[in-house]
Amino acid sequence: MLVVDNVTKRFATADGGVTALENLSLEVSKGRFVAVIGPSGCGKSTLFNIIGGLVEGYEGRVLIDGQPVDGVHRDVGMVFQEESTFPWLTTLENVAFPLDVAGVPKAERLERARALLRLVGLEGFESRYPAELSGGMRQRTAIARTLAFQPKLLLMDEPFGALDEQTRLLLGDQVLRIHRELQQTTLLITHSITEAVQLADEVVVMTYRPGCLKRLVRVDLPRPRDSAIVSSPEFGRLVAEVWSDLRAEASRGMQDIESHRKEEIS
Amino acid sequence: MKPATAGILGVAAAALAMEGVVRAGWVSPLVVAPPSALPEAFRRMWDEGFILHPALITLAQAFAATGAAAAIGIPWGYVLWRRPVLGEAYTPWIGAAFAAPTVLLFPLFLVLFGRGYATTIFVGFIAAAIPIVLKTREAFVAVPKVLLDVGRSFNLGEGGLVRRVAFPAAVPGIFTGLRLGLIYALVNIIGMEFLIDFGGLGRIASEMYFRFEIPGMYVAILLIVLVSWIFLAALTRLETWLRPR
Repeated sequence: MLVVDNVTKRFATADGGVTALENLSLEVSKGRFVAVIGPSGCGKSTLFNIIGGLVEGYEGRVLIDGQPVDGVHRDVGMVFQEESTFPWLTTLENVAFPLDVAGVPKAERLERARALLRLVGLEGFESRYPAELSGGMRQRTAIARTLAFQPKLLLMDEPFGALDEQTRLLLGDQVLRIHRELQQTTLLITHSITEAVQLADEVVVMTYRPGCLKRLVRVDLPRPRDSAIVSSPEFGRLVAEVWSDLRAEASRGMQDIESHRKEEIS
Repeated sequence: MKPATAGILGVAAAALAMEGVVRAGWVSPLVVAPPSALPEAFRRMWDEGFILHPALITLAQAFAATGAAAAIGIPWGYVLWRRPVLGEAYTPWIGAAFAAPTVLLFPLFLVLFGRGYATTIFVGFIAAAIPIVLKTREAFVAVPKVLLDVGRSFNLGEGGLVRRVAFPAAVPGIFTGLRLGLIYALVNIIGMEFLIDFGGLGRIASEMYFRFEIPGMYVAILLIVLVSWIFLAALTRLETWLRPR
């Protein structure tokens, strides 16, 4: 389904350049849920933008069903980390937006948008504007809007990053339910170990800069799952396993950032 | 208490205070007209044809000047956003021109356009265009990148991206520029009418001033405020229609 093959991305900087990703390869099979986790600065968001076709000028290949991704791809739906609902549109209009762009007749697009709002648990909020919703509701609107596009791959970049831990766990339940009902192939970029283990079939652990694959952790927790699984010993073991790989990379990242700050101050 | 009620009560309290200050003899009625004298002045001016026609003339000029400034200023601000090099090169100069008292160039405009509406509207147009250009560019620059990325991720082309994402997102900022533009246009048009003794409410204010009809001058000033209020209310309606939230 999705193949990231030996991708390297360098950015030019005043210091001469930085390699965000180096020889990164990963695969996501149809219907699978894969989480990518890594410390801040490991190139997670760069990977998100490359797969989504928003960043060009990289080495390697990104393929969707064998077709190379060159620019924005019809089969990739993106959910962004930042607040991304359109504030001038109602919840229903937001979800119907991609269908409107695609030229779907009004009655059909509104019907499909209503069904998706039901799917993400926002029935009854159709005529509300984003400013009237909570952060979690706005992100669910954004997810429904992306699903309206009927992408083959749902690509999410820390969609619940700005929310508190309890809300994240509960929204994780909704994401699991959506994945179960739609069998949607999903790639989640996250910095939360619990979120990654709660939701994914596989967790890709990335190294600190330059970002490359450190380890692939298979999450063999039974499905269907919900957030109650976080109390199971197996969940704890998997979280510890991911953290043991991530700890060294996160420490390296923190030291690097601190040394840069010291240089800036001195 | 509703905000509108509070606003009316505040204005009424200020009028009462003015009345008290004049009646107590602390300020001469030749300097400050007591509000109680305004209805009579209004009636007299209405009979002389000094109210409706001049107000409509000023309203039409402000509309023409702000409309022309919007028609040119909004696309201009958009270009300064789309071409960042142009934006960086010219925004400081346009910002500096904002501070220039262009109304003082009125003798030049009189030579160019003669003593007529072309001069007053042109002065209003220049005054309105500058804030509209600056605020439009600012509004587009402030559009969150993520909203544009969302549009791109749905395969919107550049035209669709501007029409369906960037413009609606920039509407509040653009309307801030339009409001400022309107106010500057109105102030400059009234100033020109006063200076060249031609046109609408500015000319009436000038005439009342030279006749020492102080209440009449205050009526003219209140009408200017009313014209401004009508225009700003219409802009708010238009903004709400274009962007409900």
